[in-house]
Amino acid sequence: MQTKNEDSIHQATQDTPPAARITHVFERAQHEGRGVLIPYFMCGYPSASQCIELVLAAAAGGADIIELGMPFSDPLADGATIQHAGHVALERGMTIKGCMETARKVAAQCDVPLLLMGYYNPVIAYGLERFCQEAAASGVCGFIIPDLPPEEAAPLQQTAYRYGLALIFMVPPTTSDDRITQIVKVAANGPGGFLYCVSLSGVTGSRAALPPHMRSFIARVRGYTKEYGLPLAVGFGLSTPEHIAEITSYAEGAVVGSALVTIIDQHEESQQVEVVKNYIESLRKR
Amino acid sequence: MQTQHTQHTTQTHSTETYQHNLYPDERGRFGSFGGKFVPESLMAALTELEAAYLDACNDPGFQLELQTQLASFVGRPTSLHFVPRFSRMVAPGIKVYLKREDLAHTGAHKINNALGQGLLAKRMGKKRIIAETGAGQHGVATATVCAMLGLECIVYMGELDIQRQSLNVFRMKLLGAEVRSVESGSRTLKDAINEAIRDWVTNVETTFYLIGSAVGPHPYPRIVRNFQSIIGAEARKQILAQEGRMPDIVVACVGGGSNAIGMFYPFADALDVRLVGVEAGGTSLAAGKHAATLVAGRPGVLHGAMSYLLQDDDGQVLETHSISAGLDYPSVGPEHSYMKETGRATYVSANDATALRGLQVLSQCEGIIPALEPAHALGYLLEAGEQGAIPAGSLIILNLSGRGDKDMLTVAQALNVTL
Repeated sequence: MQTKNEDSIHQATQDTPPAARITHVFERAQHEGRGVLIPYFMCGYPSASQCIELVLAAAAGGADIIELGMPFSDPLADGATIQHAGHVALERGMTIKGCMETARKVAAQCDVPLLLMGYYNPVIAYGLERFCQEAAASGVCGFIIPDLPPEEAAPLQQTAYRYGLALIFMVPPTTSDDRITQIVKVAANGPGGFLYCVSLSGVTGSRAALPPHMRSFIARVRGYTKEYGLPLAVGFGLSTPEHIAEITSYAEGAVVGSALVTIIDQHEESQQVEVVKNYIESLRKR
Repeated sequence: MQTQHTQHTTQTHSTETYQHNLYPDERGRFGSFGGKFVPESLMAALTELEAAYLDACNDPGFQLELQTQLASFVGRPTSLHFVPRFSRMVAPGIKVYLKREDLAHTGAHKINNALGQGLLAKRMGKKRIIAETGAGQHGVATATVCAMLGLECIVYMGELDIQRQSLNVFRMKLLGAEVRSVESGSRTLKDAINEAIRDWVTNVETTFYLIGSAVGPHPYPRIVRNFQSIIGAEARKQILAQEGRMPDIVVACVGGGSNAIGMFYPFADALDVRLVGVEAGGTSLAAGKHAATLVAGRPGVLHGAMSYLLQDDDGQVLETHSISAGLDYPSVGPEHSYMKETGRATYVSANDATALRGLQVLSQCEGIIPALEPAHALGYLLEAGEQGAIPAGSLIILNLSGRGDKDMLTVAQALNVTL
């Protein structure tokens, strides 16, 4: 992790759109001959302050980009693990404003690009303009909104792009070729980012083994992203160093979410920072 | 829709006037409501469903099979029944007719849609059916249709609803369905839908999601409305035959809104007919104590559609309460939001006590025990009559969407009777 000084924040936001920082991370990792590692943390879990410590630990352990989950009462794309984390975060008072504060505090201490991930209704309630404006000012580079397919994305996408923020779209393995073309066109239209390839049709959550046909799925998607130079990251179900090593042998990035929540749950608060840092290091080593 | 500008207004009749037979448009919108706010994994399935539905609509063979089963299996048409003693209790000189969906097979209107979608699933070659249920009526209807068509049936039901609707849980099991208890969130209908959607995302290629109300992503609100429109279409013919004129008022209860949209839609082009939807007022209109979405909510996105939604300032969905499990839902079908926004329909609320009174009055003066859901509409009519809000000479149709057998334990408890 590189410690960030104030000047570099200002330079980054003034000269290049925040989303371009994501693209730079992929370029740098490619240059170094490795994959981009993208861990996910639920804002406010296990508490607002501890979440920030864990995110910083992940950055210190070698995370390239960090997804910050925004809790929602009805997370219909999430499995039991992240549902639980979101439920606890809400009970402890986490809000969209609190997520912005989390991002701001993290961004003040490290320069790992941040993505906010969550469902659309709290974003609407916050106001699209206010949401994008505050996100950009809090050091966020973009958003992942699982219940916002390209057909419904225009209002948020247009607002996000005005602030130089990425809107990341997802592609599950059952997607037809025509549909991939359509999604890639919409995704490539933005200021930067990547395409989020969902490893399986299903909800978030760790699985023991990677689904079959991952390599051919990624190759199929790449047939459509190549001309735009849009990097591919894979998420859903990844947890072990072996998973990450295999995925990053054919995709540019890998996302780890539920496995981190489980690790946090398995340890006392005093141990969590160390454990998260070690875990991220173990994923980076391969 | 510019949600960021309209979000804090609760009641704005937009300049748009009601357009009949125009919506949903190709984006699945009813004005600014509806749409497809779902994970990408479901987009292909929704497109496939829409194509299969349109194909079935144009297939005389499918229509014939549907009509045949609606007559011989469901028992349609249901009667339009005049209730003179109840009418007098509402106001002198008025006439109330009940559309007797309680007489349909399985005891509620839910079977109309379950049969239609079941036949559609079979036509699409999907052998695994999932459904959500609140009061259990849609679960029973789906289990019934699956048994009749030889399809596997899994019903998601909130743990709280399983407790208060144990009779319907038993009926579903007898019919061969698997009932899965949902223990997340408020443990009611909303959470059952979350879990059904999670199942669908996971098993999308083999599974048909047989949604029970006019909610969810496009094309569901349209499909459910059209399968339920047989209610209003029959009622319109029947009232013309029996009274020689159109009704002045059409009333129905609204949870997700399938019985109401099925009753309203075939009357909606007749602008002189007042459409009144009655939501569940619970114990009070304070947050978390009711399910009166159109009365007290504001637009938002839940379960794949933009519609009115009960939510807090941060966009988190509020818990709801109603004595009636079937109305206990924090959102509402997008077409009702459109009808509210354009002023075509009016939405009011009736609280738990009003519904209980409606149930008791109809039972005692007409010999019909209604379900707690339409009892909200009955109670509303009694109160509106007492307040002088029903003009003399009014001709009213009330959709009696289900019978009350399933609610006897709840009603006994509310009346402090030990069984």
